[in-house]
Amino acid sequence: MAGFTARNPQPSISTETRLKLYRTMLQCRVLEKRAYDLFMQNLIKGTSHLALGQEAIAAGFGTAMRSDDYTFCTYRGHNHTLVRGVGMTEILGELMGNSSGLMRGKGGSMHLTSVKHHMMGSYAIIGAHMTIANGAAWSAQYRGTEQVAVCFFGDGTTNIGAFHEALNFAVIWKLPVVFVCENNMYMEYTNIHDVTAVEHPAADRAAAYGLEPVLIDGNDVDVVYRTAHRALDLARKGGGPSLIEAETYRHGGHSRADPGKYRPDDEVKAWLAKDPLPRYRARLVDLGIAVGDIEKIEAETNAEIDRATETARNAPPPPLELADKDVWADGGSAWRN
Amino acid sequence: MAQLTYRDAVAAGIAQEMRRDPNVVLLGEDVAAAGGVFKATVGLLDEFGAKRVKDTPISEQAIVGAAMGAAMTGLRPIVDLMFSDFFAVAWDIVSNQIAKTRYMTDGQVTLPLVIRSANGAGSRFGAQHSQSVENWSMMIPGLKVVAPAFPGDVKGMLAAAIRSDDPVMFFEQKSLYATKGEVPDGEHFIELGKANVLREGKDVTIAALALMVPRALKAADILKAEHGIDATVIDIRSLVPLDTQTILRETAKTGRLVTVEENPRLCGWGAEIASIVAEELFWDLDGPVVRVTTPHIPLAAANNLEDAQLPTPERIVDSVRKLVD
Repeated sequence: MAGFTARNPQPSISTETRLKLYRTMLQCRVLEKRAYDLFMQNLIKGTSHLALGQEAIAAGFGTAMRSDDYTFCTYRGHNHTLVRGVGMTEILGELMGNSSGLMRGKGGSMHLTSVKHHMMGSYAIIGAHMTIANGAAWSAQYRGTEQVAVCFFGDGTTNIGAFHEALNFAVIWKLPVVFVCENNMYMEYTNIHDVTAVEHPAADRAAAYGLEPVLIDGNDVDVVYRTAHRALDLARKGGGPSLIEAETYRHGGHSRADPGKYRPDDEVKAWLAKDPLPRYRARLVDLGIAVGDIEKIEAETNAEIDRATETARNAPPPPLELADKDVWADGGSAWRN
Repeated sequence: MAQLTYRDAVAAGIAQEMRRDPNVVLLGEDVAAAGGVFKATVGLLDEFGAKRVKDTPISEQAIVGAAMGAAMTGLRPIVDLMFSDFFAVAWDIVSNQIAKTRYMTDGQVTLPLVIRSANGAGSRFGAQHSQSVENWSMMIPGLKVVAPAFPGDVKGMLAAAIRSDDPVMFFEQKSLYATKGEVPDGEHFIELGKANVLREGKDVTIAALALMVPRALKAADILKAEHGIDATVIDIRSLVPLDTQTILRETAKTGRLVTVEENPRLCGWGAEIASIVAEELFWDLDGPVVRVTTPHIPLAAANNLEDAQLPTPERIVDSVRKLVD
C-alpha cells in the first residue's frame, strides 16, 4: 500500500512558521469577508463561492509547498490563490471585473489563475481539474523537476467520474500529485452523507486505488501543515500520489445566492466553535508567543485588505479590446482568412 | 517521394516531430505496445521508448485532462482518442477546459496539444463508432480543427498541429487508413488553414472534407465524362482556421458551390460555408449553394444501409446536375 505515515517523520513547526500560518489564514479570512461586503454593495457581480471557515487547509498547504509546486483548485479558490502569493488587489479586482484583476476580468471569481505563481487555475466544472493536475504532475515527472501538483476539491467531487479516473491514473503512473478533499460536509445545498455510499467521501475510497486513507482535522492548521509536508515529500521523492481528506466547514452557504438555511443550528454552532482562526490564535498564546506579535499581524492584515480594496475598486474597467483577445496563442481570435 | 498508407503517414508525422522535439509525447489507449487499434502508431514505442509513448486506461477524461495539464506546463502531448465518438465522454475537458483556458486566463496559459481520433463512417461500426463529429469541435471557440484526406496531408498537417501553440483537433477518417498516397521525403510540414484546390473546372465548385474528398473527385470525373460538366474540387482540409478566401475565389469563378460533408445535416460545417458564401458572394452566384450531407439520422451498421446514408459520388453528381442544368 502506498502512503506516507510510516516513512515520513512529523516536521516540527517553528515560531516563525506558526506566525506565517496565522497571518496567511487571517489574510484569507479578511479577503473573503471583504469579498462578501463588496457583493453586498453590488460592486461584485456574478457569483462567488466563499471559503470562510476553510482557511487552515489553504494556509497549511500554501505554506508547506515549494514555490514552484503547482496548485489546482475549484471555483472556491480565492484562498488557494492568495496563499500562492497573488495580491489581494488582483483577486478583488478580478471579482469586480476590472483592469486591476488577475485576468483583467476575463475569468472572474471561478477561474482565478496565476501561472507565474504556479497557481494553475481554479476550475468551475467539478472533477475536471483532478485530471489536469495529473498532467502537470506527469510533466514534472517527465522533466525531472521534483515539482509536485496539489489539487484541492470538495466532498461533492468524490461522486463524479473524473475523481475516480484521476485517482487510478495518478497511481498507475506514480505521479507526484497530492489530492486534497476539503470535506465541508455539504455538496452545494445537500449534506454529503445523504448522497454518498461511504461515511468519509474521500478517505473511504482511497483503498480502491491502493492508497492509504488519510483523514485529518482540516480546521487545525498545524495538522494540515504537517500532513502537507509528508505528502509533498513523498511525491517529490517519487513515492507517488496521496489522497487526503481534510474535514472542515464553510461558515456560509454554497454560493452568493445561498444563505445555507438547510444546515441545523446546532451543527453550525458546533463548527463555529472549531473556527480555525480563534483556535490557532489561542494556541499561539498558549505556546508563549507574545500577544503583541499577534496583534501586529492583525493590524497589518487589516491595513493590507483596506489598501487592496481601495486600489481594486478605483481601477478602471478592462479595455474593450480585451473581449476578442487571446483565443489563440497569437493573441487574436481569427477563425478565417 | 514515397508511397505511404494514410495510417503509416500518421506514425511518420508523429515520429518526425518526436525526433525534432523531446517535449512531444504520445498517450492513449493501446497506442504503445499494440501500436494503436488502427495500427497508426506502430513503431513509435520502439523508437521513442515507454517514457514518451504511453498506454493509458480506458479513462478518456483522465487522458485528455492529463494532456491539458502537461501542455500547460511545458510538454507537447498528442492524445490518441481512438474513436472520435469518445469525445462525448471527455467533452468537458475539451470544450470547457482546453478551448477556453487561454482566453479566461488573459493569455497566461498556452496549450500546445493535439487530440487525434478516428472519425467518420464507411467501416460498418454502427452509430456509436462511425460518427463524423468535426462539426462538434468547429462550433467551440478556441479549438483548431483539421481533417486531412490524403497521406501526404496527414503527415504535413500532423506536423503543423504538433508545432501549433493552440489545441488542435486532428480528425483521421478511419475508412481512409488503408489508402495510399505520395508523401514527400524528408521533413514535411503543411500550414494549417490552407484549402487545397485539387482540380479546376468552369461550371461548378465542389468543396469537400476527408472521406468526401475522394468521392467528390470521383463525382467530378463522372460529371466530366458523362455529362460534360466541368467541376472544381476543393479539399478544405482545415475547418478552423477556415480558408474562406480560397472557397470564395473558386466559387466566384464558377458561380456555383456544392458542399459535400459527412456529418449529419443540422449544423454541419457546410451550413457555415453556405452562410459565408451567401453573405459575401451572393451577387456572383448563378444558383443556390447546395449541401450534400448525411441525412439527420444516426448511422446504421449494415452495408447497404450505411452506404445509403453517406454522400456517394452518384448523389454528388445528381445534386450538381440539378444545380447546373
